[in-house]
Amino acid sequence: MEHAHSFSVVFRGNTPSLWLSMSIVTVQLGQCGNQIGFEVFDALLSDSHSSQGLCSKRENEAYQASCKERFFSEEENGVPIARAVLVDMEPKVINQTLSKAAQSGQWKYGQHACFCQKQGSGNNWAYGYSVHGPRHEESIMSLIRKEVEKCDSFSGFFIIMSMAGGTGSGLGAFVTQNLQDQYPNSLKMNHIIWPYGTGEVIVQNYNSILTLSHLYRSSDALLVHENDAVHKICAKLMNIKQISFSDINQVLAHQLGSVFQPTYSAESSFHYRRNPLGDLMEHLVPHPEFKMLSVRNIPHMSENSLAYSTFTWAGLLKHLRQMLISNAKMEEEVGSDCVAQASLELLVSSDPSTSASQSAGITGIDWHVRPPLSGLPPLGKMSLNKDLHFNTSVANLVILRGKDVQSADVEGFKDPALYTSWLKPVNAFNVWKTQRAFSKYEKSAVLVSNSQFLVKPLDTIVGKAWNMFASKAYIHQYTKFGIEEEDFLDSFTSLEQVVASYCNL
Amino acid sequence: MTQSVVVQVGQCGNQIGCCFWDLALREHAAVNQKGIYDEAISSFFRNVDTRVVGDGGSISKGKICSLKARAVLIDMEEGVVNEILQGPLRDVFDTKQLITDISGSGNNWAVGHKVFGSLYQDQILEKLRKSAEHCDCLQCFFIIHSMGGGTGSGLGTFLLKVLEDEFPEVYRFVTSIYPSGEDDVITSPYNSMLAMKELNEHADCVLPIDNQSLFDIISKIDLMVNSGKLGTTVKPNSLVTSSSGTLKKRHKKPFDAMNNIVANLLLNLTSSARFEGSLNMDLNEISMNLVPFPQLHYLVSSLTPLYTLTDVNIPPRRLDQMFSDAFSKDHQLLQADPKHSLYLACALMVRGNVQISDLRRNIERLKPSLQFVSWNQEGWKTSLCSVPPVGHSHSLLALANNTCVKPTFMELKERFMRLYKKKAHLHHYLQVEGVEKSCFTEAVSSLSALIQEYDQLDTTKNMPVQDLPRLSIAM
Repeated sequence: MEHAHSFSVVFRGNTPSLWLSMSIVTVQLGQCGNQIGFEVFDALLSDSHSSQGLCSKRENEAYQASCKERFFSEEENGVPIARAVLVDMEPKVINQTLSKAAQSGQWKYGQHACFCQKQGSGNNWAYGYSVHGPRHEESIMSLIRKEVEKCDSFSGFFIIMSMAGGTGSGLGAFVTQNLQDQYPNSLKMNHIIWPYGTGEVIVQNYNSILTLSHLYRSSDALLVHENDAVHKICAKLMNIKQISFSDINQVLAHQLGSVFQPTYSAESSFHYRRNPLGDLMEHLVPHPEFKMLSVRNIPHMSENSLAYSTFTWAGLLKHLRQMLISNAKMEEEVGSDCVAQASLELLVSSDPSTSASQSAGITGIDWHVRPPLSGLPPLGKMSLNKDLHFNTSVANLVILRGKDVQSADVEGFKDPALYTSWLKPVNAFNVWKTQRAFSKYEKSAVLVSNSQFLVKPLDTIVGKAWNMFASKAYIHQYTKFGIEEEDFLDSFTSLEQVVASYCNL
Repeated sequence: MTQSVVVQVGQCGNQIGCCFWDLALREHAAVNQKGIYDEAISSFFRNVDTRVVGDGGSISKGKICSLKARAVLIDMEEGVVNEILQGPLRDVFDTKQLITDISGSGNNWAVGHKVFGSLYQDQILEKLRKSAEHCDCLQCFFIIHSMGGGTGSGLGTFLLKVLEDEFPEVYRFVTSIYPSGEDDVITSPYNSMLAMKELNEHADCVLPIDNQSLFDIISKIDLMVNSGKLGTTVKPNSLVTSSSGTLKKRHKKPFDAMNNIVANLLLNLTSSARFEGSLNMDLNEISMNLVPFPQLHYLVSSLTPLYTLTDVNIPPRRLDQMFSDAFSKDHQLLQADPKHSLYLACALMVRGNVQISDLRRNIERLKPSLQFVSWNQEGWKTSLCSVPPVGHSHSLLALANNTCVKPTFMELKERFMRLYKKKAHLHHYLQVEGVEKSCFTEAVSSLSALIQEYDQLDTTKNMPVQDLPRLSIAM
């Protein structure tokens, strides 16, 4: 399907870049949204400035220009300004975020790009949605509008928020709804942070179901990052001892960066893709019933390990594929530096069934899971062990960056057994390849997947929220601000529907 | 950022309040080296140009001129308040924010509540309104009082209703000192029972504390100091030791040290709202997460460190010790047994160089030994504040909504019944206008109902957690 956009030739200063990228406006909501937003812009710009692109100078310049146009607008003295609106109901985090950006010296946030109040939402979705939302609607939407107007060519919104708290979740849902009303032709992708299973916030399950059910109606795609999963990456792959939220956010930002940085289309290597959000939606959300996307990135390692590791595309892709079908959150745990390469090669070359017993012990990829032979029911479904369930996909997108990327063979992802029956792999699977390496990784591969990855976590949250709802605990805190029991029931109904739809793939 | 106003009522309330203001000043002085009046300080203090006569002296930014506590001091005797006004903190208090009388409440709740309540209602309202006007965004009233006497108990709880009516959107956090069994005030069971009803009905959150626990903690500190078991010394500038900052061989004024602990509690409770951190927790989040049903708003607190920490860079094992301590009875401010009762919710408020992985590791470690109610198996609320308390590298405040408060309330009821059955001293109450037997019987029903709620929850303990059948969707 061709884009319904007109291609315009845009010249920027002295860089004769044809077909510059369309711009994305980011809305950062609440403590989580703002803390992550900072790391994302920082990661994007750092990568953009990195000298290890492993490509030609001209290539690098085009990449930088495209990245800049997408995420930054330019100020007079050359410091790029993030195309972002910062929203929080109390001032501490925004103040910190603004100063961290300014301190970097490389970029900053717009002076008037923030909306802040004095008193937070108290972890109360109802307060964020029903009180803060309407009260501050005009101011917030006006800030967003100003940011959109700065874009020559506007791709859509990227909204960063957590589900567990009050502002990101409640106000985030309200703002997204407003965006749908006021910008019906623009795309919206919500980046949602899934809280840790063992609570950060006691009412997080309530806040989560309310958020997800509302966003399912008003957002175009939900890109999910789970704190538990990213935490494990920090612990097992990055070998960080005392993991802070900063560490977690940086890994997250790295994953997002590898999705959103400029890429070539499969068809044409003449220019970087113009419409990141449009392309993502087109490839990954063929049906509005299926909107939940997750990200898997490979490899992940500490800088020390990186220096000693080399990978083959074949090895990376084999891992990535197995991560997809076995529902793994991360690649194999890699031991010490010098073992890194050896262990991966071993797993790549040997018969998966023998290494299965080794790998199953580490929290990583389960090599027992295989896709079903066409026509036969999947092996996993017969087994009593739930973890062997085979992950069926609606759509997948693989983005490859780095050395010899053209030689990478993605045939394994085109296996019809991986996908639901109502889509052919040629429509369900896409690959974008870019020579220019990302953020110090000679080769990196990211998988954005619309699949059953999130069914279990979603089901778990719905179950816990349901148990709590049955006891009516905390409900008075929500009804106080106009969210009634019926609203909860509506949310439960919507989400059970989503769970059922995904399960029946 | 929001502001809070402290309302200290009665002898006990004012003594604790005084300690609190001393510690708050020292904490802010340590954190705010440049002497700039910032949002953190403004949460508890006004910045006033003392040269200006009348009301117009407030300065909202820039250098600190003169800090005034956002406080209202109420006592029906003059002794304590006068002492404060002559002491080192005299400049911190706005003399217009005091309400005093001379005759005292005679350890009689009815006198405090009904007599002085009606007598001073207008003045109280006026002072409260004034303090609210000075706030940009008032979020919370912190009421400090004791339950066993007359003023703190009676007038202190009278206040709650006034606050609820006048400022319905502002949270009412009450720090209540419960009398111990050997309390020398004979009528304390009456006073406590009558006050309980008010707390049930008009407080958002109550932190019950008993003198016995505080006394035990101080005794232990004394013991450790004197036996030399603390290794080097208890940090001299630590806020845990007595308010003058110097160490006494034997606490001549044990109440001083005891009050310090309560003051520390309030400081730590508000730290994540005042200072920055990677996972903030505002005061409105406390009520949201820890009060699953409006009546069940009593939170047992435990605080560490209470004893000592001498090293700056403590490897994770010692950090883990802090978490273990928070769940040990030695560090609780109420005599209770949460480990053998049922948790409804638990908050962990951490200060200092502690990261999310430390928090999670310890929750995983401690979880198996704690019982949570079936509908809140992962009932943890957590916060990380980067700014440690003065003199320590980190600290932890745990707030538990746990059925372990039930015995405290049952004892209170028993002590009350023993007196009430004999009608001992009852006439002192009944002769006050507006007080009838029904006040007592209503108070007893209120407490009994509360105890029953906890009882019902307790019966669910040890029952296997079953997942309830979910909604089924027609496809």
